[in-house]
Amino acid sequence: MSARVVGVGNRWRGDDAAGLAVARRLAAEGVDAIERDGEPAALVDALGGVEAVVVVDAVRSGARPGALVRWDASEEAVPLAPFRGSTHALGLAEAIELSRALGRLAPRVVVYGIEGEDFGTGKRLSPAVERAVGEAVAAVRGELLQLAGEGR
Amino acid sequence: MSSRRTRTIRTDYLARVEGEGAMLVRLKGDRVEEIELRIYEPPRFFEALLRGRAFIEAPDITSRICGICPVAYQMSAVQAMEQICGVTVGGQLRALRRLLYCGEWIESHALHVFMLHLPDFLGYESAIHMARDHAALVESALALKKAGNEVMTVVGGREVHPVNVRVGGFYRVPTKAELAPLREKLERARETALEAVRLTGGLDFPDYEQDVELVALAQAGEYPIDLGRIVSDRGLDIPLHVWNDHFVEEHVERSNALHARLRERGTYLVGPLARYALASELLSPLAREAAKEAGLGPVCRNPFQSIVVRCVELLYACDEALRLIDAYERPDRPDVELAPRAGVGHGATEAPRGICYHRYEIDAEGTILDAQIVPPTSQNQRAIEADLRGVVERSLGLEDAALGLRCEQTIRNYDPCISCATHFLDLTVERR
Repeated sequence: MSARVVGVGNRWRGDDAAGLAVARRLAAEGVDAIERDGEPAALVDALGGVEAVVVVDAVRSGARPGALVRWDASEEAVPLAPFRGSTHALGLAEAIELSRALGRLAPRVVVYGIEGEDFGTGKRLSPAVERAVGEAVAAVRGELLQLAGEGR
Repeated sequence: MSSRRTRTIRTDYLARVEGEGAMLVRLKGDRVEEIELRIYEPPRFFEALLRGRAFIEAPDITSRICGICPVAYQMSAVQAMEQICGVTVGGQLRALRRLLYCGEWIESHALHVFMLHLPDFLGYESAIHMARDHAALVESALALKKAGNEVMTVVGGREVHPVNVRVGGFYRVPTKAELAPLREKLERARETALEAVRLTGGLDFPDYEQDVELVALAQAGEYPIDLGRIVSDRGLDIPLHVWNDHFVEEHVERSNALHARLRERGTYLVGPLARYALASELLSPLAREAAKEAGLGPVCRNPFQSIVVRCVELLYACDEALRLIDAYERPDRPDVELAPRAGVGHGATEAPRGICYHRYEIDAEGTILDAQIVPPTSQNQRAIEADLRGVVERSLGLEDAALGLRCEQTIRNYDPCISCATHFLDLTVERR
């Protein structure tokens, strides 16, 4: 099964870079992992053209900083609220639904959200989120194996 | 219709505008008691951030004020700094800047017209709902946006916060061969833009006319984008350096933004409607013709029709980008030589949303002593609230839900960038 990891975020807004950090580490391991800043047209492209996408983004939901959440968006939309916080017109949740509406979304879509603590300006991840990035990398590796298994 | 009851319409989170904002309309019977457009985004500390930094950092720092119009901030910043240093960036370097700016107009207008504004007119809750029924339209809109992004990437070095812009020009200038692949994409983009003018020209628009002063840049022989004096349709015609003599910014308690007004005459409007009213004869022949066919006269005062004007500007930006690419000859140097000196400089360019004005003071070493940045949305705040008042007064017959929607649509007419409008410094921000 062809699979791609998409890390979404803003490298200039603290913990909003969490998804990018996960993608970068996986890319270094040879995984097809790309980074996107949330620009809608590019994101819609990134979410299609393969059989599975695993998306990683920072979220703001009031949970403990560094908490990791997983959604299966293959059939159902992810909730909008945790992904709201981008100053761009379309958050990740909307980009997924837009992709789906256009018939372009990969058949299998899994989303990992990393609860961020500090979304202020700056290039540093807070410690809880830094740790969560490591956990997310492991979780996504496992997810990719799982998806590969489904493909057989 | 005329009842003594009080109606309060409140939307606590405005969808489909950049950043975060809220709106409050309080009615008593037939009277509009209160209108507020509240800005939630934490205030930006950019003006304070710039103090003490080197003048060459201004384009990089200010471009981070806005994720959707970074080029506008860069262009106004470099213009002001170059003025202080006593240099002019002209010829092909200026052409490249205008090309970069066309890329930004394309991607910003495309996003707004199709993703944020058009759903209102076609009766959809969101672009996603619209995409289910109009996949081809949304696909071509995304391709249009991508064309703008690619111009910004090739000329600016990166589509978000272009890294290639510097005081004096660029760090690197493209070869003709590097610009060539953009041609085909821009031609297709131009087709999409032309269809968009036709589509939006045929929409139904609420009957509403604004009575507000229109302010834009003016440069002889060109539709205003990157240079010019400041003019209005009520007789204003000033060079940039007297901006503060004619305009004033005021902090309004309930909002994080500063409201701007003309000292003598109050509320004014910047952006596509202002540019169009003051310079439509300078559009390319194709854009002028399309505007006419879409039913636009020489001036458009209906803010709901701004969607048509944005499509006309989209078309113009594609046309202009193609013209600039065809006329491009790679300059010998990517920049003009310059040295800092103590002084004050002013820059004003036309962001997609309207005039973005910068004023800087630097010392002899090039350290920034003071900065003033006036984004377009903060200049339009008063006009937005005036429109809300006007639209509400004419729509009292609507039920609350529909009235709320009409109000939101009214705000979206301005394509407000709320992230840009909050550059005020004196408030403390609490982080939780």
